Parts: sequence; structure tokens; C-alpha cells
Amino acid sequence: MIKLNLPVDKKEIKKLHAGDSVLLSGTIYTARDCAHKRLKEMIERGETLPFDLNGAFIYYAGPCPAKPGYASGSCGPTTSARMDAFAPLLLDEGLGGMIGKGEMSAEVTDALVRNTGVYFAAIGGAGATYGRAIIKSELVAFPELLSEAVRRLEIADFPAVVAVDCYGKSIY
Amino acid sequence: MRIIDTKEIADKIYRMALKAGVKLTEDCKEALEKAKDNESGGAAKFALKTLTENCRIAEINGLPVCQDTGMAVILIEIGQDVFLTGEPLDEAVNGAVRKAYADGYFRKSVCDPITRKNTGDNTPAVIHTHICTGEHIEITFLPKGFGSENMSALYMLKPAQGVEGIINAIVNTVEKAGSRPCPPVYVGVGIGGSFDTCAYLAKKALTRKIGSHSNREDIAEIEKVALEKINALNIGCQGFHGKTTALGVSCEWAYTHIAGLPVAVNIQCHCVRCEKAVL
Repeated sequence: MIKLNLPVDKKEIKKLHAGDSVLLSGTIYTARDCAHKRLKEMIERGETLPFDLNGAFIYYAGPCPAKPGYASGSCGPTTSARMDAFAPLLLDEGLGGMIGKGEMSAEVTDALVRNTGVYFAAIGGAGATYGRAIIKSELVAFPELLSEAVRRLEIADFPAVVAVDCYGKSIY
Repeated sequence: MRIIDTKEIADKIYRMALKAGVKLTEDCKEALEKAKDNESGGAAKFALKTLTENCRIAEINGLPVCQDTGMAVILIEIGQDVFLTGEPLDEAVNGAVRKAYADGYFRKSVCDPITRKNTGDNTPAVIHTHICTGEHIEITFLPKGFGSENMSALYMLKPAQGVEGIINAIVNTVEKAGSRPCPPVYVGVGIGGSFDTCAYLAKKALTRKIGSHSNREDIAEIEKVALEKINALNIGCQGFHGKTTALGVSCEWAYTHIAGLPVAVNIQCHCVRCEKAVL
């Protein structure tokens, strides 16, 4: 089992291969459909994004509200394919990689290769496990999107699998 | 005749919703354990271990098994000798859903289809009411996630395509969905009826126990053959390849028109959450 602390640099990304099981820790940002649409519009308008994209990892997820005494509610991955239209742009803008579930398009693979990025698959449906692996959850942008808002997460030992590596090889 | 206040129905649905969010059905848990034991190793085994452990974490902490606590789909069979009093039924049911999703710290996932604005309380619920005989009320609560709902499909086959066409429609839908609907999936199939009833039958099929069979021999055979073909696809848990791509296939049927053969395939992810009660 490979342990990684996100964000990771390109040198570490090059050591990862599709199919590797990993435990992820560190800092990631949640964003899904609506948030991606807004990030894209902000990039097109030349505006400053609500968080530094450079080397950052986006987690395709929208958590449940946190129960009292818990840092986060359940927070498993959502289907990544819905973000196919946005991922290449964000990777070209500096995004380090993504965490989600399920296949993504060939264009996304090309962008991962071009930018030495990596796409991790978290285990879809394991929401409670991921919720418990979140140590801290802070609202970063778009609070009106409720569960779809962008949040900064501190995570510890998130189970995942390297789905598409920086060489373009996929587990699917 | 029996008089039932809709508040009684709402109270029951409230409790069913809270339980459904944090607990998989027993047949689903068993099917996942079996799938885990069947894999010899690799990413699929790793994923299945994570999932079975996740069920325990969810139950111990009272946390939603999956953060997609779904649209609340509620099937209500009302005996024709029941007289309902109190708040209108739909309002009472939506009130129960609203309260359960707030009190359970469940995600609110319902929005306007055009503006995408979230309603903020997970209502309105999808409510199917049917009249049956007797003086009881049967309630089924099925929180339905949309990663899998998005991969569902309805086909208007030609009658000549027959059983082979039905099986192909089922298998092709699962194959095309690939890793996206969180396999291993549970496949609900509607056969016959009209465009609308066929989709409803597919949803209703998902309320059956995993591993149960149609009481019609020819349809039970379709369920069996389709499941074998799906599990030969080697999509596996999460699309990581492996022996179990589907936990089960359940088909419900209705009479149809001489010119048609509607087939609806409703995909359910491996988080089968379904509560049943009788009042």
C-alpha cells in the first residue's frame, strides 16, 4: 500500500501506476457539476479562482451535512465522467489531479499525460468511510450551492486506487 | 372500513427514511460479502473490502452509507377499504421526508431541472400511489442515488426481438454503463406495459429482494441468463474488473400492445437501501 500526502509533486506522480492501491492524506478541494461550471466561467473571464489550482487535487464529491461532533458528513466520490468537459481545462491551468469514480474520457487521459497528472478512483458508495477520514472541512466558495459548494478538506488515509496514471494507462 | 390519519403514514415514513439512509438491506449486505469472498485479490477485492467495512462504519456512527442519500422514492399501496383523514397525503409524505433528511444529516439532492437551484430540503419526493384490496397500507421507501439512475434506459423493442432482445437490452445497458453506476449493480427490469408503466415496473423490481426470482418460469429464466451474461462482462466492483458486476437481476412484467415490447432497465448501485412496512 502506497501512502501519499497531497498535493504531491510531479516526481511522486511519475512513480504511480494504474492499479496501485493508495492511502491519501493531506489537502484536497471538493467540486462537482455546478462548481466546475462556475470555475470554467471564471477562467474564461480571467478572474482569480477561489483557491490556488497549481498542483491542487480536486475531489468530485458533495458531502452530507456534518453531524454534531463530526468534522464531515458522509463524503464518497461522485461519477467523474460528468466532469469530462472541465478536467482538461483545469489540468492545463495547473491542477495536479483528481479523485472521483469511474472512467473518464480520452481527452482527460491526454490532459493527464500532457501535464503529468494523476486520476485516483475512490471507492464509490463508501461515503461513511470517507466522511470519517476527513479531519477538517472548510467552506471555500459558492455556499449557495449547498452540498455542491467548494470545500477544502484535510484528509487522513483515504483509500483509493490509481485509475489513470501520468503515462495514460487506465485501470478500466 | 378503516380510518387512517395521514400523520400515521408520515410518522412511519419518517422512521423508514432515517433507517434507510444509514443501513443497507440484509440481502444486499449478504450479496456484497459473497462477492468479496469470490474475488481472489486485486483492486476489486480491495474495493469490496472497503465497501463491507463501510457498512459497519455507517451503522456504528449512524452516518449515511453513501453521501448520495438519493431522491426519496416512495411506493404506497392503499387498500380500497381505507379512508384517509388529516393532511393531504402528498403533503404529509413530503413533510416526513423533509424532517428525516434534516434530522438524519442527509444530503439534500433535489433541484429544479432547468435552473439547477436546490430546493434545500430534498422534497418533493417521488410518490407512487396504487389502490389494492383490503384495509391496510403498504409502504416501500427507496432512496435512489443518481450515479446509477443516470445509467438507466428504456427501449421500445420490436415484438420480433423477443426474449433475446430483452436480454440484450439488459446486458448492453450494464455494459455501456461500465464503471459509472458503482458496480456491482442491482438491475431492475420492466417488461411490457406502456412507455410509462414499463419504467415504473423497473423501479418496482428494485424493491424485490436480491436473489429473489419471478414467479413466472420464463421470466425467472430471463433474470438468470441476464445475470450470468452481465457477470461474464468482467467489469467488476467499481469497474476494477472481477467476477461480480451485478448482484442480481429482477424483472417485473405487464401486458403490452400487439405492436410493442417496451423494456426498461433501472440500474441500482451496490448501496441497496429499501425499507418496507405495513400499516
